[in-house]
Amino acid sequence: MQMLVLLIPVSLGLGGLGLAAFVWSLRARQYDDPKGDAQRILAPDWDDHPKP
Amino acid sequence: MAAAISACPACTAAPAAEVLARQPPGRARLMLSLPTAHCAACISDVERALAAHPGVASARVNLSRRQVAVEAAPGVAAPDLVAVLARAGYEAHELDPDALRLTETDRRGRDLLMRLGVSGFAMMNIMLLSVAVWSGAEGASRDMFHWISAAIALPTVAFAGQPFFAGALAALRARRLGMDVPVSLGLVLASAMSLYETANHGHQVYFDGAVMLSFFLLTGRYLEYRARAAARSAAEELAALEVPRAHRLTATGEEEVAIAALRPGDRVLVRPGQRLPCDGVVLMGASELDRSLLTGETRPVAAAPGAAVAAGEVNLTGPLTVTVTAAGRDSSLNRMADLVAIAEGARDRYASLADRMARAYAPVVHALSAAAFAGWLWASGGDLRLALNVAVAVLIITCPCALALAVPAVVTAASGRLFRRGLLIKNPTALERLAEIDTVVFDKTGTLTLGAPVPADLAALPAPGRAAALALARASSHPLAQALAAALAEDTVPAPVTGLREIAGQGVEGRLDGTRLRLGRAEWLGLAPGGRSATWLAIGDAPPVEIAFADRLRPGAETAVAALRAQGKRVALLSGDVAPAVAELAARLGIDDWHAGQRPEDKARHLQRLAEGGAKVLMIGDGLNDTAALALAHASISPASALDAARAASDIVLLGQDLAPVAGAVRLAAAARSLIKQNFAISLGYNAIAVPLALAGFATPLAAAVAMSLSSLSVSLNALRLR
Repeated sequence: MQMLVLLIPVSLGLGGLGLAAFVWSLRARQYDDPKGDAQRILAPDWDDHPKP
Repeated sequence: MAAAISACPACTAAPAAEVLARQPPGRARLMLSLPTAHCAACISDVERALAAHPGVASARVNLSRRQVAVEAAPGVAAPDLVAVLARAGYEAHELDPDALRLTETDRRGRDLLMRLGVSGFAMMNIMLLSVAVWSGAEGASRDMFHWISAAIALPTVAFAGQPFFAGALAALRARRLGMDVPVSLGLVLASAMSLYETANHGHQVYFDGAVMLSFFLLTGRYLEYRARAAARSAAEELAALEVPRAHRLTATGEEEVAIAALRPGDRVLVRPGQRLPCDGVVLMGASELDRSLLTGETRPVAAAPGAAVAAGEVNLTGPLTVTVTAAGRDSSLNRMADLVAIAEGARDRYASLADRMARAYAPVVHALSAAAFAGWLWASGGDLRLALNVAVAVLIITCPCALALAVPAVVTAASGRLFRRGLLIKNPTALERLAEIDTVVFDKTGTLTLGAPVPADLAALPAPGRAAALALARASSHPLAQALAAALAEDTVPAPVTGLREIAGQGVEGRLDGTRLRLGRAEWLGLAPGGRSATWLAIGDAPPVEIAFADRLRPGAETAVAALRAQGKRVALLSGDVAPAVAELAARLGIDDWHAGQRPEDKARHLQRLAEGGAKVLMIGDGLNDTAALALAHASISPASALDAARAASDIVLLGQDLAPVAGAVRLAAAARSLIKQNFAISLGYNAIAVPLALAGFATPLAAAVAMSLSSLSVSLNALRLR
């Protein structure tokens, strides 16, 4: 039962981390153009260096 | 100049901008629509082509919306960029950024998505803790799990449940019971009861149920929102395609103004090919007007000084100076919109399947829960806590999780499929109404036909006549002349005609070896006008020869009519055009039930009569004369080429030129409707098993969680079967 002291905060922390990542992705407008983003990853344009 | 029309009204309005007027102002933001972009290569091609254009700072394609946003120096105008893209092989159209109010709808979507995400992560964490309780945690550790769950669930329900609480409040104020009322009651009661149980060391708490409920319900909400937002943004895009401007004549010359800025008494210049921006009286010039969008009549009418003209007509041959009599909201085009608004009120009263379901379902849920409470109170001899527990279990289990997903899941699948076929669903209940129709009424000009004429019988014209006609026709921008030139150019060499001269509103004349050649209106050549659209060719003093024109059939029109008849629908044709033209087309398509010379009121009355006879009518039309009929019909479709008033009045917009997808859409709508009914049956089936258990007091939080997720999953999977 001693493990619970560790496990519960860890599980809550992981959940919180996931939520924070979701909130960030939403703020960064990552859901604005799902179709375009799915296609962009296939383009070889910026493989060598990032888009300026 | 185009740069003067700022894409950002705030930039021109801000006082800071005036101070900085001498410095180069900020970048202009331009929006273009890209109807043909569809792949990764398209994105890089478009972005590279635009970035190479001088003055363009950045270009970003949004493939979901098929738009590209360009930030450029103020000197860069949209037409230049359209030309750049045309050279790269992409069709592009300028969009009016002010008409695209996407930011606001975007915010609502992000708001819903945020609530959905928060409840999703909260649900995962609570489920983790609940597993411990379900697998037999006891005493103090169970209490601890419950308290942690409460700490996560209560803020989550308070945040994620807000759309439902707001909806329930609005419903109660209007004194009705929507789906939101049982949902909110379930959320609030479950949370409150669980908190009480936790404080009293109870062993059945429904925090997981409450959060899961809000997660699934929000999923349904979000799907519904997304389908609507996609339709709305595409509809806004159609509206934004027409950048409404007029050329006003002032003492100093000519200026380009927005149509809204026109006042009665202003003089405007309308060049050939432009649409009249206002109602008015012709002051100067002679031309012909195409009224087909307003009346359905294909034959152009003459316009001379003193003639009254109406907004929406297209000027064909010569420039016209028009004195404005009514513009904007007062013009005949907009008065038509009032008619539409009245008819639309009737349509808003249409009760969708989901509404009818909610209306029947909500009272039953409340009654069952209240009966469980009273029954257990009596059976247990006054154990309030037990009775409340059972009542909450009943509320949670009957809560319409799967019911809330039943409709949006199917509508999302169906509108996605229809969009790929080129049909845009504008109205949320349009799909259901489309499934119910048994009669289809078509308009002729611009709907079954393209509204573009082609020469009917060129073989009758002798070879010298053909050469002369081609030479004359090439000199005019009149649509009949251009159609004739296009048809003749294939196999004819133009005669060496000299002294070509276009007489606005009449025709073209020229000379060939000293003989006077004329091509134009019957009246101009001293003849009485015939019943059909035709142009006449006179060589010297010989009697003029008639060149008749027929309207070209819209691609897919024959397939659509045949397929609809094969589905057992009655097909009718209502047109404002003259009887011979309508009869010919009706015979060609095999439509027996046709009516010619129909004015807008006649069309509306005809539809009313059909509706009184019990028919559910699908109206397909494009003109202003169809708007009232489109709004009155049970369901309506208009092509994208229609006037925006007609598009606004219809439920579904046909994006491509082809009419064939219409029949497929009717079939798909019927399939979607039967899937929705199946989904209702599935979710009611789960309830039929779970509710007796809950009433008997055997329901556990675990059973509620399993029933809820299984029913939602089966409903969503069932929706994907749509084909």
